[in-house]
Amino acid sequence: MATEILMPALSPTMEEGTLAKWLVREGDTITAGQIIAEIETDKATMEFEAVDEGTMGRILVAEGTAGVKVNTPIAVMEGEDDTGAPPQTAPQTTPKQATGAAAQPAAQPKAPAPLAGPDWPEGTPMKTQTVREALREAMAEEMRRSPEVFLMGEEVGEYQGAYKISQGLLDEFGAKRVIDTPITEHGFAGIAVGASFGGLRPIVEFMTFNFAMQAIDQIINSAAKTLYMSGGQMGAPIVFRGPNGAAARVGAQHSQDYAAWYAQIPGLKVVQPYSAADAKGLLKSAIRDPNPVIFLENEILYGRSFEVPVLDDFTVPIGKAKIWREGTDVTLVSFGIGMTYALEAADQLAADGISAEVIDLRSLRPLDYDTVLASVRKTNRCVTIEEGFPVCSIGNHLAAVIMQQAFDYLDAPVLNCTGKDVPMPYAANLEKLALLTTADVVAAVHQVTYR
Amino acid sequence: MAARKPAAKSNASRDDLLKYYREMLLIRRFEEKAGQLYGMGLIGGFCHLYIGQEAVVVGLEAAAKEGDKRVTSYRDHGHMLACGMDAKGVMAELTGRAGGYSRGKGGSMHMFSKEKHFYGGHGIVGAQVPIGAGLAFADKYLGNDNVTFAYFGDGAANQGQVYETYNMAELWNLPVVFVIENNQYAMGTSVKRSTKSPSLWERGAAYGIKGEAVDGMDVLAVKAAGEKAVAACRAGEGPYILEVMTYRYRGHSMSDPAKYRTREEVQKMRDEKDAIEHVRDLLTTGGLATEDDLKAIDRDIKAIVNDAAEFAKDSPEPDTAELWTDIYA
Repeated sequence: MATEILMPALSPTMEEGTLAKWLVREGDTITAGQIIAEIETDKATMEFEAVDEGTMGRILVAEGTAGVKVNTPIAVMEGEDDTGAPPQTAPQTTPKQATGAAAQPAAQPKAPAPLAGPDWPEGTPMKTQTVREALREAMAEEMRRSPEVFLMGEEVGEYQGAYKISQGLLDEFGAKRVIDTPITEHGFAGIAVGASFGGLRPIVEFMTFNFAMQAIDQIINSAAKTLYMSGGQMGAPIVFRGPNGAAARVGAQHSQDYAAWYAQIPGLKVVQPYSAADAKGLLKSAIRDPNPVIFLENEILYGRSFEVPVLDDFTVPIGKAKIWREGTDVTLVSFGIGMTYALEAADQLAADGISAEVIDLRSLRPLDYDTVLASVRKTNRCVTIEEGFPVCSIGNHLAAVIMQQAFDYLDAPVLNCTGKDVPMPYAANLEKLALLTTADVVAAVHQVTYR
Repeated sequence: MAARKPAAKSNASRDDLLKYYREMLLIRRFEEKAGQLYGMGLIGGFCHLYIGQEAVVVGLEAAAKEGDKRVTSYRDHGHMLACGMDAKGVMAELTGRAGGYSRGKGGSMHMFSKEKHFYGGHGIVGAQVPIGAGLAFADKYLGNDNVTFAYFGDGAANQGQVYETYNMAELWNLPVVFVIENNQYAMGTSVKRSTKSPSLWERGAAYGIKGEAVDGMDVLAVKAAGEKAVAACRAGEGPYILEVMTYRYRGHSMSDPAKYRTREEVQKMRDEKDAIEHVRDLLTTGGLATEDDLKAIDRDIKAIVNDAAEFAKDSPEPDTAELWTDIYA
């Protein structure tokens, strides 16, 4: 009996990949466990094994094809019972542009472009880049610029980064500056803080911010407070970065958004970019900053493409929000992946005749209250959007500030759209319910606009 | 009163012995004065005195060179005085005044001096250990031959981050001397009630780190062990562990009820093992100094400590604007 071989999902967030190479031909006898193909994801090149034994039937997707969706049939396997016609030749699908040796992230739908802001001069040439590439470029540029900058973390070197952010950096900068650590977050965070006291500028990559809870004493008690405790004599110029928040189907211990936790601490700066341009510009600023900076990334955003200015030295100042879309009826305030829902909601609302202004905070500490307040004074309504837990959220804080400083301008209570107040469930249907959705945002806007 | 055993003859010079005597005495008199000021309400919060442990820092500082770094826990006054920080600035920090090393914003547990390469003064037990390894990491990265002394107690020796640090320090050959100041009590819990390990330094063997135990009541023994450890680090042989066996005469902090040990135990240590008396013996019995010589030093030290106390009382409280400074660089 013939069975279809489907394009496999090889990471929690993989939606499509490149069929890099077939290692078997039509008519070959296959054993269970035999490697039959190589598949490139946005994270790595993986070997793909046959599950059952049998004979390779038709190959449906030619090698070199990019953008193959997960679960697309890529070949047909004939079982032992099959005594049918001899295998036909594969259809002559023309491979798309072969991606070459370096695994390229799969193409992603392009996110909307922000309003031309003051971050780069008008007329600057732009290039399309993923958040992943932008982060990598930011680190490489800063490492070229300052010899005291180094990267340390789990799998940042020889593995080329668990999420491929550091891909190629070991080759360029060597093992002295791209340092693989044992799995020991508390210890290496402390060593990095000490190194920053000693005159270096460490970038600490946490494989995810969930693991940084092991190191949170060093981040807060040692890095954030020393400048104050020393009367200004010494501080920690250090960046702690890594993916934060939910990926997909990774369960309660790997899915938390820590924005509100870190944003509470005086002495830390906290940024959470959405676009590739902001990821690049803010990371470069963070590395140059003389203070400890928490740099919150997002796994789902890594593969997303945006327009990034082509400039020799492009930085984005920490502490400045960005208005992505101007509007008159309601202010949507978000950051990080929450911007996806905010912008989608704004599109849908526009179709309903509601004009939403969308603000990307970008930095959570310092937070650009002025931009938010100016917008709320104009629209008289505000909905905040974030993926984190609802209690003591960034949105709660903003609601309080808006109440104190723009009370007379409000025509409706400020609403907070957040993740649900539950540990992240694993089951697909429950996870969907726990996460924030665009529909939540649209519903909240209808509530505050009374229409 | 139990008698001291006569001090063994030493090869240390008169100048060196007088220097150690003077430095240890400064720490002891300073701490006694701090205890008094605490009792008068001039020092607040936690205050952890170093009395009894003076030979540890004085011996190890004698093995250090300019550029070497040190970092320790909250029992830090002795370390600061031993590395040359000014008694006035330390005492004024204890009283929370503008003249203190952290301008009054750190307190007893949080003082720093970039000039003297003193990196704190850390209040979370064990947290200074990876920081010390990180300072050594920076020196190795920068290609100099400085060594870092990372001091911690027998209590901190049970913290997980110490062992995470051992592993990386040896893996990366970091020039750090881990100094376990084993004063036998983690707050009120004796070493025997904390672990079945017969010794703390031997735990380093699991990571391939060399080390040894040393008599911490003998400043010359501490110095000799320190020189050996430092030489290994400077030669690129990676980290080294010194478990310095010492004793704290006073409570863990000022509010220690001292129910966990007897007065007799403390008195016996004072009578038989005191580090300052040990050097005094070497000087007098060896004919290297007269009672009058030592009295002159005592007077000097007393004057320094009194000046520090006066400065710490007279120095104004920090300007209220200081509340909002030094949060960001």
